[in-house]
Amino acid sequence: MLTRRLLLASAAALALVSPAFAQEKLKVIATFSILGDIVANVGGDRVDVTTLVGPDGDAHVFQPSPADAEAVAGAQVIVANGLGFEGWMDRLVKASGTRAAMVVVSDGISPISFGEEDHAEEAGHEGHDDHAAEEEGHEDHEGHEDHAEEAGHEDHEGHEDHAEEAGHDDHGHGALDPHAWQSVTNVALYVGAIERGLAAADPAGAETYKANAAAYLAELDALDADIRAAIAALPEDRRTVVTSHDAFGYFAADYGLTFVAPQGVSTEAEASAQDVAALITQIKDAGIAAVFVENIADRRLLDQIATETGARIGGTLYSDALSGPEGPAGTYLTMMRHNLGQLTAALSQ
Amino acid sequence: MNWLIDPFADFAFMQRALLGCLAISLGATPVGVFLLLRRMSLTGDAMAHAILPGAAVGYLVAGLNLGAMTLGGVAAGLVVAVMTGAVARFTDLREDASLAAFYLISLALGVLLVSLKGSNVDLMHVLFGTVLALDDAALTLLCAITTFTLVTLALVFRPLVLECADPRFLASVSRWSGPVHFLFLGLVVLNLVAGFQALGTLMAVGIMILPAAAARFWASSIGGMLAVAAAIAATSSVVGLLASYHAGLPSGPAIILAAGMLYLASLCFGPTGSLAARFWPRAHLEA
Repeated sequence: MLTRRLLLASAAALALVSPAFAQEKLKVIATFSILGDIVANVGGDRVDVTTLVGPDGDAHVFQPSPADAEAVAGAQVIVANGLGFEGWMDRLVKASGTRAAMVVVSDGISPISFGEEDHAEEAGHEGHDDHAAEEEGHEDHEGHEDHAEEAGHEDHEGHEDHAEEAGHDDHGHGALDPHAWQSVTNVALYVGAIERGLAAADPAGAETYKANAAAYLAELDALDADIRAAIAALPEDRRTVVTSHDAFGYFAADYGLTFVAPQGVSTEAEASAQDVAALITQIKDAGIAAVFVENIADRRLLDQIATETGARIGGTLYSDALSGPEGPAGTYLTMMRHNLGQLTAALSQ
Repeated sequence: MNWLIDPFADFAFMQRALLGCLAISLGATPVGVFLLLRRMSLTGDAMAHAILPGAAVGYLVAGLNLGAMTLGGVAAGLVVAVMTGAVARFTDLREDASLAAFYLISLALGVLLVSLKGSNVDLMHVLFGTVLALDDAALTLLCAITTFTLVTLALVFRPLVLECADPRFLASVSRWSGPVHFLFLGLVVLNLVAGFQALGTLMAVGIMILPAAAARFWASSIGGMLAVAAAIAATSSVVGLLASYHAGLPSGPAIILAAGMLYLASLCFGPTGSLAARFWPRAHLEA
């Protein structure tokens, strides 16, 4: 094992130093499917992208296999998201003994905290429901008022102190929300980081990477504009969504939607009346216009909740992984457009 | 009393669940009482498994579609009932063994079908329906089946009671014995399909048999048993739904367990034939 690892490591090192091999494609590891797609767009023909966590895979619970370690050992560039998204990455890099250059794409962005969604939820309560004030402490409540405005006006500066505030909270998730790619603005920063990383490892291709990145950035701009236009077209009172994913904090912050975690829904086999009642109360009280809850797989139950509350039931939102190439979210761009389509379909009247 | 009224006053889905459960309580429990009297209590369980492949085929063809699953379930149940009866009538095999054979084949076929095209998750939804998700169509179906059951039972009440008491006598004085038997099995299948819409296949039998078994300890006349069984089923529906609402328990099992507890209480303290009546008969004598 050790000799094999050494061999692989030295092979990688050789490939890195010898320009004679420059014709060979640059071996790049991307930690998960969304990142893999972005890297492939920037790298174009000059890179060979291997994705560790493939389509529909869950990077949170990923278990690297020996084959993954081998791939990492043979890579010249590793592109990771960071912000704790790939908890297994450090060990994998150490174990494989790779000498690849690490590109952590989230380094340049301003991270937000997981607290975001909870606060947004209370902000939602505040707007529509007087009970919220009775049920929740007043101090708590005041603290969130600014935030409600913030979200309404898409004020980006506010998020940083918010993140600090949440840092002191004891909030289960720990620190920062890693799902930064849900904001197209952040992905533009990702692209820059990837372009620089690839160019550093393969200077001969720098021009290509720059051109590819520019082309991709143009597509991202178009996507960003489309999302903003689509959401601006939604009525003000139909911008709150229940979703079981806690992965849309950045999307919410950037585009002015409010994502709320479902209350009560935990059991998969059979929901209790209490679960359903809690969800219905929440939807009514917070003026929620659409529900994306995938862990209630029983369509009939969702339909009942929809009839009782008037909220629309949405389809599947992709958050952490692309679908397969055949699926509705085969690339980052199609994924975001798919999610946008699902959201606007459920939210428009 | 708020904890009793509010859940039903505030939430339409609780009202629907209650209505559905009451419909089943009225329709399925008389069928359960007759099953009990004919010593066919386990037939209900076997038939519940027998309707699975039909419901599964309906599910595979049309998804969680009420009509398709009901039709498939009724068809599969009737096929098994008729084949069981035919085998018992024309071969040496007794009815219980014949039923066991057919329902096991049917069950295996059902699991196979669901697994072929769906996942285990899908199978769970077929096995555990939920009373919290009754829509208008399902409620209409439940009430229709209950009405049909009650009318049919009223029409064949006399021959059915005779068939329970002395099937040979009935056969000797009337040619209605065979038809009544199959009609009754048809009612069993229909009510299981209804219960399966509301509670899932595994729980549907519980609401049919448990109240009937409990009623046995309260009344010795058939009329009395029918009334007590329906009352016990309705009570357990309300108790189960409230437990599901207040304690966060899954609703189907909560209802069946409520019925189970009423059964155990009846078993211990019921006035006729219970443990109390047997071991402390003095109270009985004094009365």
